[in-house]
Amino acid sequence: MLTIQNYVRPETLDEAWECNQNRKNRILGGMLWMRLGRGSINTAIDLCRLGLDTIEESEEEFSIGAQVTLRQLETHTGLNRYTHGAVRAAVCDIIGVQFRNMATVGGSIWGRFGFSDVLTVFLALDTAVELHRGGIVPLAQFVTMPPDRDILVRLIVRKTPGAVVYLAMRNQRTDFPTLTCAVSDLGGAPRTVIGARPGRAMIVPGLPALPVGQWSQDAISAYAEAAAAAVPTGSNVRAGAAYRSHLCSVLTARALTQLGGINGWN
Amino acid sequence: MDVKQLKTVGRSFPKKDAMQLLLGKPVYTEDITPEDALVVRILRSPHANAIITKIQTETAKKVPGVEAIFTWEDVPSTRFAIAGQTFPEPSPYDRLILDRHVRFAGDAVAIVAAETEKAAERAMRLIRVEYEVLDAVLDFRSAKDNSVLVHPEEDWFPPCEVGGDPKRNLVASETDADGDVDAVLSACDIVIDRTYHTKAFQQAMMEPFIVYTDLDRYGRLHVVSSTQIVFHTRRILSRALGIPKSRIRVEKPRIGGGFGAKQSAVCEVYPAFVTIKTGRPARLIYTRTEVQTAGSPRHEMEIRVRLGASSDGTIRALDLYTLSNTGAYGEHGPTTVGLSGHKSIPLYTGSLEAYRFSYDVVYTNHQSAGAYRGYGATQGIFAVESAVNELAERLGLDPTVLRDRCMVREGMVMPAYYGELTSACALDRCMEHCRQLFDWEHRYPVRDMGNGKVRAAGVAMAMQGSCISNVDVGSATVRLSEDGTYNLLIGAADMGTGCDTILAQMVAECMDCSLDDVAVFGADTDASPYDSGSYASSTTYITGKAVEKACGDLKKTICGIAAEMLGCTQDEVVFDGSSVRSAADGRSVTLTDIAYRTQAGGTVAPAATASHSSPISPPPFMVGMAEIELDRMTGEVKVLDYTAVVDCGTPVNPALARIQTEGGIVQGIGHTLYENVTYNDRGRPIESSFMQYKIPTRLDIGALNVEFEASCEPTGPFGAKSIGEIVINTPAPAIAHAIYRATSVWHRELPITPEAIAMTNTDAQK
Amino acid sequence: MELKLTLNGKRIIEEIDADLLLIDFVRAHGCKSVKRGCDTSGCGLCTVLLDGTPVLSCSMLAARADGHDVRTLEGLQEEAADFVGFIAAQGADQCGFCNPGFVMNTIALLRENPDPTDDEIRAFLAGNLCRCSGYDGQLRGIRAYLNAKKREG
Repeated sequence: MLTIQNYVRPETLDEAWECNQNRKNRILGGMLWMRLGRGSINTAIDLCRLGLDTIEESEEEFSIGAQVTLRQLETHTGLNRYTHGAVRAAVCDIIGVQFRNMATVGGSIWGRFGFSDVLTVFLALDTAVELHRGGIVPLAQFVTMPPDRDILVRLIVRKTPGAVVYLAMRNQRTDFPTLTCAVSDLGGAPRTVIGARPGRAMIVPGLPALPVGQWSQDAISAYAEAAAAAVPTGSNVRAGAAYRSHLCSVLTARALTQLGGINGWN
Repeated sequence: MDVKQLKTVGRSFPKKDAMQLLLGKPVYTEDITPEDALVVRILRSPHANAIITKIQTETAKKVPGVEAIFTWEDVPSTRFAIAGQTFPEPSPYDRLILDRHVRFAGDAVAIVAAETEKAAERAMRLIRVEYEVLDAVLDFRSAKDNSVLVHPEEDWFPPCEVGGDPKRNLVASETDADGDVDAVLSACDIVIDRTYHTKAFQQAMMEPFIVYTDLDRYGRLHVVSSTQIVFHTRRILSRALGIPKSRIRVEKPRIGGGFGAKQSAVCEVYPAFVTIKTGRPARLIYTRTEVQTAGSPRHEMEIRVRLGASSDGTIRALDLYTLSNTGAYGEHGPTTVGLSGHKSIPLYTGSLEAYRFSYDVVYTNHQSAGAYRGYGATQGIFAVESAVNELAERLGLDPTVLRDRCMVREGMVMPAYYGELTSACALDRCMEHCRQLFDWEHRYPVRDMGNGKVRAAGVAMAMQGSCISNVDVGSATVRLSEDGTYNLLIGAADMGTGCDTILAQMVAECMDCSLDDVAVFGADTDASPYDSGSYASSTTYITGKAVEKACGDLKKTICGIAAEMLGCTQDEVVFDGSSVRSAADGRSVTLTDIAYRTQAGGTVAPAATASHSSPISPPPFMVGMAEIELDRMTGEVKVLDYTAVVDCGTPVNPALARIQTEGGIVQGIGHTLYENVTYNDRGRPIESSFMQYKIPTRLDIGALNVEFEASCEPTGPFGAKSIGEIVINTPAPAIAHAIYRATSVWHRELPITPEAIAMTNTDAQK
Repeated sequence: MELKLTLNGKRIIEEIDADLLLIDFVRAHGCKSVKRGCDTSGCGLCTVLLDGTPVLSCSMLAARADGHDVRTLEGLQEEAADFVGFIAAQGADQCGFCNPGFVMNTIALLRENPDPTDDEIRAFLAGNLCRCSGYDGQLRGIRAYLNAKKREG
């Protein structure tokens, strides 16, 4: 049982940041599974008054406030037009609508959870995070940073022309994924992201170049095999390492195939 | 009997409580019991097998708001069983309210009672327990004759002789046979010899276990519990607490699902003990974690099937050995196992020359198992139906045609089913109907859909019982009110199944009145006539018959009173549903007149109580067919279509029978594909919440298609048999069959996960 | 701390503990329709509407509802009565324990999407578990309701 002594709604980010410097205080995000933890929180910090609950779309980018819910991601027309539904695909099997009405982007990204669909899809996009003190940091860099007492303010997704495909495998439709996979082509080489390994999502390094134009089935297979070889997988209650590596190859190949099929897009 | 002539039975009506439930009215235990009762919480063992060497509660007792903390030193030393079964129970008396010896990770160590949840939580953290951790029996295959004993105590007591021996970790053991199975097997052209494994699946009813207790206005122990078994609970509490049954009253309000979980008195003893000791109201609500880890799930079973057949597919012999894991305590252990053979083997009475069925039920240091819809039949049918499918595929025969040849039919005597005669059996019609409805001819062949996906189909048959023959007792009291309506009082427990409604439909049919004119009450040990409770698929068949009898008696009583009012003899009057008239001169008195008459100078109660029991347990039958789409690369299985045709005798309320069937099928799909129960190497359960134990959502199922083939059971009320349990039995073998069709691999262990499918080398086994 | 909110149309001002969960707050205020089915934010039984949006009251601090409008089934009886008869006609209410959460989320669905497809219904209600019905009866009930409404015009 989690106990909380105080609850505050800071009016400014500075105020929230100050409050969050005390190790016994915590930012609530969507709360949800936070309550499964034991122990005691001195002050729960609700960022609800900071106007971080909207998705702003401009010519160049999407600015996604930390308090934006997964359901907002799912239903946002512009974001899903840009990603050809990949963002919707990444969140739509997470528990249920009520859960997604509460879970926040900030909470999902800040936690850097291994199972995170959200982290996987945003890593495949040109995404940066804005930290209140740390400034704007590429998401790929952020996930490797050790957790500190900063505050995640928003996500910035640049509208780099390209395409992205999201696939995940689940034992049961609304369960945690056994593997997540997002592959994007944002000009240059495709970027492949694998998550729920069960470790945290990672951009797969050192993949072979794919020929310009149509990708042959052989080239896709070779690429997918290389991805499976490059991604460390592990075992947990949902699946074993060998199966995850197998899935890594299968989902990568499928995502690439779908990606090749998206024509004249963005 | 022609069901079409009936007015109320055989028609769909909404449940009598439907609008209350759908509009969220306060009708469950937590809603109707006082909030200021003591909060009861249970401190649980982290160890699978240990002796408590020291337990210190003094610090915890000082937490403000803590009323009492009890340990093994405080409780009576009489062993008891929590299985909801008729006395003398086949389950051993192997429990204490709190025992110094804890036998599974989750076993009760201390009872904490406090004014608030927070105080109880704090106190639990402050109780200091020292354990002597013992080796644990964590694999049921090595439990029998293991040097580690789960129940070494000397006061272990079996009320019935069922072949148990705690010095061998055995709860029960038996062999039953008909014919010379070894001789027939050796004469068979083909013998399929396979072993199947099913897990300790969770009922996962939405309402957790919950019990409220207080002392009533007479100082008696008053228990409000979400239970299927009010009378058994009274008896269990009486023994466990050492107080007379006359000092206990047990009632159940609406129940948020049971599926057998609440056929054991899982947690009634704890708040009852608190109330007895403190004199104060107490309430215990299990967390979902407690439901998952200290509940009463299915018995894990491993079943070896040896099936002998001729090369033309005639099934000649079945030899089953079932090893059942009852966990740390023996509830329902000796009985569930019996169904694994007795409700699978008889399906092939049509061609079977000999059978043998033997079993061992063992203790382990796992969570104690209990009763779950299907009650052993589900496990046995997975094994036998899979073996039959393996036979058909080996011989290249259509498995439905093979079954046509071998299945039990009406009029046959079933040696493996206690020699009972099938007086109503539409299994053959179910198969034909299901074949047509499902379009088996076109869906059975495997179809490649491209992109690594294939579609395939599988089939299975099932049976169950309609009661425990010669044991279950159902009773009903039917009473005339002064406005000419009726009260129906029962001791059976509607846990959402709709039995209150279907029993009222029977009253309406018998008394020729509207369903709205029947008010139902149940269940309360102080007010209801005795009923074993709602389990073993017995309520429609047994309590239904009691209702029919009581109505017959009441009609006679009413006619007697009316005859006196009309100044004629009873055989000169006719009952027409709203009045009783003299056949000779047409003079009549209304039911209202009659009822008022009984209230003014009446000497005869316008009420009747009847009990019923049955020497037989007529099986319902069913055929289920599954179509799946299987992704050969990822191993993902989608159930596209599940079609079932059921023979439950007369469906008393077809809408409710259909929902029962659909709900059972979906539970079965969950068990087959992803619901799992595992332990870590120290014996701690892994799937301890809904985060880990995944039950199907509405995104996990495809089309469900359910129809009925009615038969007419002469011993059942209006020809009815049962529906509640049989419906869970076909998905596992049918889906496993479809998976074989799609992959050429037989999966003999549940659940069949995508990983198991994708990672099985198809060449390894053929 | 002081909490001010509207519960089923009624203004409430009350001193609460910071860690009081919304489910316990509304139940204490007589809204017994709100149920707990799991401890892990995954069953949907505790669904309430916060400013019209379905949320899990078991996973939300009551404090966060400060200044907002909270609706439970107790406050939506008429809107619910409109369609629950169709669920009853299917017999899909069964044990009933999941019904309030299911009804609340169905109300949210139909407000947002008055003419949903079967797949849209399944997707929106996926977070509402039911162990009794097998779900199809609930779907048939909603479909029958929508058809009846169309016939009425």
